[in-house]
Amino acid sequence: MRDIFIHIALLLGMPPLLLGVINKTKALFAGRKGPPLLQPYYDLFKLTRKHVVISEVTTWVFTAAPVITLTALLIAGILVPQGPFRAPLGFTGDLILFAYLLGLGRFFTTTAALDTGSAFEGMGAAREATFACMSEPALFFALLVLAKMSGSLVLGDLLHAPLVTTGWEAEAAPLVLVAVGLFILLLAENCRIPVDDPNTHLELTMIHEVMVLDHSGPLLGLVLYGAAIKLFVLSSVFLHIVAPFQSGRAGLDWLAFVGEMLGVAVAIGVVESVMARLQMRHVNYLLIAAILFCGFGFVLLVR
Amino acid sequence: MTGLWLIVVAAAVLAFSGLPACFFSRRSCAAQRLSAALMILGSAIGGYGVFLSLSAPQNEAVSLPWTLPWGRFSIGLDALSAVFLIPILLVPMLGAIYGLGYWRQADHPDNGRGLGLFYGLLAGAMLMVVVARDSVLLLMAWEVMAVSAFFLATTENENAAVRRAGWIYLVATHSGTLCLFALFVLLKKITGSFALSAVETGALSPTLTTILFLLTLIGFGFKAGVMPLHVWLPGAHANAPSHVSAVMSGVMLKMGIYGIVRLIALLPPLETWHGGLLLALGAGAGILGIAFAIGQSDIKRLLAYSSIENIGIIVMGIGLASLGRTLHRADFVVLGLGGALLHLWNHSLFKSLLFLNSGVVIHATHTREMNRMGGLARHMPVTSTLFLLGAVAICALPPFNGFVSEWLMYLGFFGSLQVSASGGAAWPTAALGAIALAAIGALALACFVNALSTTFLGVSRQPLAHEPHDPDLSQLGPMLLLAAGCTIVGCAPQYVMPLIQQAASQWLDADAASAASLLSYVPLRWIGGIALVLLGAAGIGFLLLRLRLRTRSVCGVGTWSCGYARPTSRMQYTSTSFGQMIVALFAWALWPQTKAPKIQAPLPSAGFFSTTVPDTLLDHFVLPFFRWTGRLLPRLRLLQQGRVQIYLLYIVVMVLLLLIWETIGNKS
Repeated sequence: MRDIFIHIALLLGMPPLLLGVINKTKALFAGRKGPPLLQPYYDLFKLTRKHVVISEVTTWVFTAAPVITLTALLIAGILVPQGPFRAPLGFTGDLILFAYLLGLGRFFTTTAALDTGSAFEGMGAAREATFACMSEPALFFALLVLAKMSGSLVLGDLLHAPLVTTGWEAEAAPLVLVAVGLFILLLAENCRIPVDDPNTHLELTMIHEVMVLDHSGPLLGLVLYGAAIKLFVLSSVFLHIVAPFQSGRAGLDWLAFVGEMLGVAVAIGVVESVMARLQMRHVNYLLIAAILFCGFGFVLLVR
Repeated sequence: MTGLWLIVVAAAVLAFSGLPACFFSRRSCAAQRLSAALMILGSAIGGYGVFLSLSAPQNEAVSLPWTLPWGRFSIGLDALSAVFLIPILLVPMLGAIYGLGYWRQADHPDNGRGLGLFYGLLAGAMLMVVVARDSVLLLMAWEVMAVSAFFLATTENENAAVRRAGWIYLVATHSGTLCLFALFVLLKKITGSFALSAVETGALSPTLTTILFLLTLIGFGFKAGVMPLHVWLPGAHANAPSHVSAVMSGVMLKMGIYGIVRLIALLPPLETWHGGLLLALGAGAGILGIAFAIGQSDIKRLLAYSSIENIGIIVMGIGLASLGRTLHRADFVVLGLGGALLHLWNHSLFKSLLFLNSGVVIHATHTREMNRMGGLARHMPVTSTLFLLGAVAICALPPFNGFVSEWLMYLGFFGSLQVSASGGAAWPTAALGAIALAAIGALALACFVNALSTTFLGVSRQPLAHEPHDPDLSQLGPMLLLAAGCTIVGCAPQYVMPLIQQAASQWLDADAASAASLLSYVPLRWIGGIALVLLGAAGIGFLLLRLRLRTRSVCGVGTWSCGYARPTSRMQYTSTSFGQMIVALFAWALWPQTKAPKIQAPLPSAGFFSTTVPDTLLDHFVLPFFRWTGRLLPRLRLLQQGRVQIYLLYIVVMVLLLLIWETIGNKS
């Protein structure tokens, strides 16, 4: 019961902190002082009190989309276990529900973008939908590898496969490949460099930020909060593969989990600092590389 | 009166529902209402019949002699038939009600009565196809179905494109029927009768099984539109009236699937590669079908290609079940076939909804070209919401029905990973089906976000003559019912599964069937529960947000989009521009045709750019082949002199030759 409570508290409370850590890391690399770690929280708080500007072109989809996306992401977050603890909810086949809840979020984000009738936002939506066609197979290859290793179709058991399988080191090769693939997915799905640059709004090369150009006030707050939760959820999926450790003491394990999450945020910050964004037409190659990594993991395991 | 006979009565009522109207005036809307009432009556009788026979403990079957030289009048009803009966009873009825407003006889005096006549005939024939237990009866019903669909698809036959699509359909469907003739004659040679009964396991050599399987696949595959046998489908669906498209896509394609499932159930377990072939065909059809759909800017062609995709998904499920049958894995059979049959229901719900919806849109905009639409949602709030619901459902996203059926198939594909661990024949490659489904899902999302947004969202790309508005209840009602069906199956799948389960176990031995319970493999209640939570939470969240925003929003401004001062409606992203990246990714299969102006001078004159994605197979292979044969075969006209005497001579010669052959045959 306590673990479930901590799980939900972390899922709701921690995501903006990850954004803060990423920004701080990037600032340190650039030799700046950077915004405070808690700046994303201040931003969200500020946005909730603002007015909303709603274009007269839009329909109810525009306001509903951030809510639906956030709901879908929260349910997905309940299915994903954090660290060595069990997820609050788990049943056979929930791994597919997880993937499709992310899809539901994508459906409404892109639809809301097109609802504004702006070509900018249309471009972003088209790119998001296109790149998903490549990231989705990669995600499912990764899920297949983990399902094969764990022999289970419950997302919780699946992700704990590296943790509980004795002698998993023998299966290290597919796991390493899947880890690389999932890291690419993590960057792509959360629109980080090298796929997308979360800091610029105005360039034609943007994906996520350009889709939410017309959202403002509480709506923008919901969108940003949802994006942070997506980052949190996908990072915790990724962590299960690269850091399958357990001390046996609950308090220590929770601390370790929080520390690892912050570590992932730092890693993303480092990647964003040392890499340039790819050209838009090269993003395909990166995502196909993710399919190849996860696919070869599958091939190694099945042979 | 038993349920089975009620279904025969229903078939008769449906088949002749359009007949009384033929005696009324060409413009009589009362006659049209009478036809619709008869359709409702027939469907009600049939529905009661299905209910009666499902609550009866045993499967019903009747076999009577008739005066035809071949076969018997054999009909029967089991769970598998019942699964197919339900869409046949539901969708044509809703389509007929919709047609009252959509295709008013007063507005279409030239073809209204013919449409009603063949519409009813199509529904009645489909009922008979599903209950027929004799191949001769089945072929007769099949032919009535195929021909009435031809007349329905060519309703607007004053239009050359419609006639062309109709001819292509007729050629394709008869090519399929030809294979069916061969199939049933072969079966007759093996079993000794035309009755559709199970073939004994020892009776077939592997080669013969393969031949029978391929004939089944091709013969019924033409009707189902399994890629590459789909060439007739986009044209026929796009050019038919929308409620006819809904019936053709939502129900008639499924008759092909019925044939495949029924025949495989009769044959002994197939070889593993047969299942593999089905999987590969389904995956290919799914991915390429939806890729073609993304390339279309005609809303009905888009929906038609999406039907090809969904048939691909269903075939994948059948492939998985076939593998399971060979490998003696009851769970694959139940998950694969159960998923396929449920997807079939789901597709008939959401695709009919989308086709009916597209009819409303076409009525309002007078075009099928999505690139000219836009902004309809503000004029038609209900219609657009229903389209959104259908789009979410067809992308297989929770909380609607498409997700449940694809989820069952996913479980089967993921389960096939574990085969090699438990020993026995290993087919872990079947797990690749999950990858194909994932790719199809992502592509379908792109396709339907595009269709929804280009049609209903943004601003209109062309000036509209009349302000469009939501249609009246006769058109909204059927769509609302279909949407409710999508939601119910999505939120309470556990209540529809028993019938599906019963139908899927037709592929299993009796003892395996009793052991394999779908509900024991999958926690359907969880899926339904989460769907409800999702709907409830999102709904409450949306209401709260609306409340909060009511006092805190600034309205009456245009889209900001980086402060561009003078946006015009033509600057919006069109359907073609949205799909351009994906079309480029699939250019190896889609062969898009682009006409771009060459820009030479610094200030170029007005140019014209166009890009279309025609059907690669039809335009580059099938039609050239027929043109080639069309040049070759006229030489045979040498035989046709046009004189009765010569033809009589041919008959005499032929009879003599037969006599000679007969005498030689008797001697030896």
